[in-house]
Amino acid sequence: MSRRAAGLAWVVPALALVGVFVYFPLVENFGFSTLKWDIFSGSQEYVGLGNYAKLVDDPVFWTSLRNNVLFAVVSIVFQVFGSLVLAALIEGVRSERWQRALRAIYFIPCAISLTVAGLLFYFIYEPNLGLLNHLLEAVGLDGLRHAWLGEEGTAMPAVMAMSQWQGFGYSTLLFAVAIQRIPREIYQAAALDGTGPIRRFFHVTVPLVREMTGVLIMLTISGAFQVFNEVMVMTSGGPNNSTQVLGTWLYRSGFVRNDFGYAAAIATVIFVVTLAIAVAQLWVARRRRVEW
Amino acid sequence: MVTRLGFLGVIARLLLWAFLLCLAVVVIYPLLWMLLNGFKTNAEIFGNPFALPSHWGFDSYQKAWNRGVSNYLTTSVLVTVTSTVATVFVSAWAAYGLARVDIPFGKVVTGVILGGLMLAPSVALVPLVKMFQSMGLYNSFWALLILYTAFRVPFTTFLIRAYMLDLPREVDEAAEMDGCGRWTAFWRITLPMCKPIIVSTVLLHILFAWNEYLFAMVFTSGAGVQTLPVGLMSLMSKHGTEFPVVFAGMTIAAVPVVLLFFFGQRYIVRGLADGVGK
Repeated sequence: MSRRAAGLAWVVPALALVGVFVYFPLVENFGFSTLKWDIFSGSQEYVGLGNYAKLVDDPVFWTSLRNNVLFAVVSIVFQVFGSLVLAALIEGVRSERWQRALRAIYFIPCAISLTVAGLLFYFIYEPNLGLLNHLLEAVGLDGLRHAWLGEEGTAMPAVMAMSQWQGFGYSTLLFAVAIQRIPREIYQAAALDGTGPIRRFFHVTVPLVREMTGVLIMLTISGAFQVFNEVMVMTSGGPNNSTQVLGTWLYRSGFVRNDFGYAAAIATVIFVVTLAIAVAQLWVARRRRVEW
Repeated sequence: MVTRLGFLGVIARLLLWAFLLCLAVVVIYPLLWMLLNGFKTNAEIFGNPFALPSHWGFDSYQKAWNRGVSNYLTTSVLVTVTSTVATVFVSAWAAYGLARVDIPFGKVVTGVILGGLMLAPSVALVPLVKMFQSMGLYNSFWALLILYTAFRVPFTTFLIRAYMLDLPREVDEAAEMDGCGRWTAFWRITLPMCKPIIVSTVLLHILFAWNEYLFAMVFTSGAGVQTLPVGLMSLMSKHGTEFPVVFAGMTIAAVPVVLLFFFGQRYIVRGLADGVGK
């Protein structure tokens, strides 16, 4: 027994780090969410579920939540289903060298930070010097010019478009790996049966990468509820809170408006959503094992 | 795959190529624009954004460098290197315990460590600020080192543990028979066998630490402790009208990780695939 207990020495550093800096703050957060708390003056007052009641009445909270959901939907369309089709197209390219080059090119935006990418698109969307307006002008679509990040109607789509640009290479790469793991004989057999490429995609590729699809859907939803960086860099939630997401609204409530209890309540919402997704993911992973 | 190319097949193939290449242009062109704008003048940037710079000099790069980018870069390198070493060590250590050693409550411990994977950093943000303020580590290099390590240990442990589980157990046993302690077995036998996954986790951690923004923004404010992502935002707010300088700063921040990706591509892909695929 003492020998077994000594084995714990291996996991103590990791447990200590994760316990103190990940789990403990998580638990503390619930306590904080019941306070009216000014961190600078240090005044704290117990308000029970008051912050949650305030949350329900806060229109910006609902805008944020809606933007997160929208982010999830758009990202699933582009970064899961779009990437799956794209990966299948790349795998259809005959030259392996070109396949590798394309995958690498598409991945580059994932290697650079969201801050750099966000700043870059801030300039691309800039009404005067930005590439987008100049491009529209060059092809004669002057009427479509916008101050993309400055107008309530276009800001959120513009931020989401940038996010898709930055992230699609990641899921494409993962789908490409998943497709490569499918035994070649299955494709050869399908081709011999006279199955065309489109049917092969739906009848062979899609079912055999469904485990990866499931994981990526979950990761994408979970990521969409944690979106922060791209919004912070490009619009800080503006104009008129139209691009606010839960992460930036949390940040603004706590660190700009000095309402830390309220920020903690928003954090609880993020926690509940991401936990639900994580549980769903475990459940799905247990049920769907692809066998061949 | 065997396909006989008819006329339609040729058209389809051409369309496919056109699409893939267009997409590549959409990805590459903005980055190229960023790089080139670092060489232009303000007037040129406002003039025709598609034109090449009239003069190829590194003035703007030098200006960016002197206006703080060199400091941000140093901090980024320091935070990235130390947190990479700490994360990979702690994780390899824990992975060995979880995969190769019979420990009490093994399943619970595994669940607790790997469960950290699912928790979003923003959820712990408010309590962490309070904690680091009371520890006197707010606005310090240590805050980032500790947070980057603690929040990445679950993922890194997960990858290394999965790899260790697939290694043959006999090697350990043979080593023990030869009078090797657990320690020696870990250092001299298991760790060297894990080299491929260690390389993957190192690269993935570098990508993370170099690019992280939320913690870096909240936990550091003074110059001297700001990493590149945060530093770029201050550069932007201070010199936002000198566009070439900002673009140069962005390029300087982006180039190292892009190069890293190109040289370590194989390992990054393997790490990602193993992490997400399992």
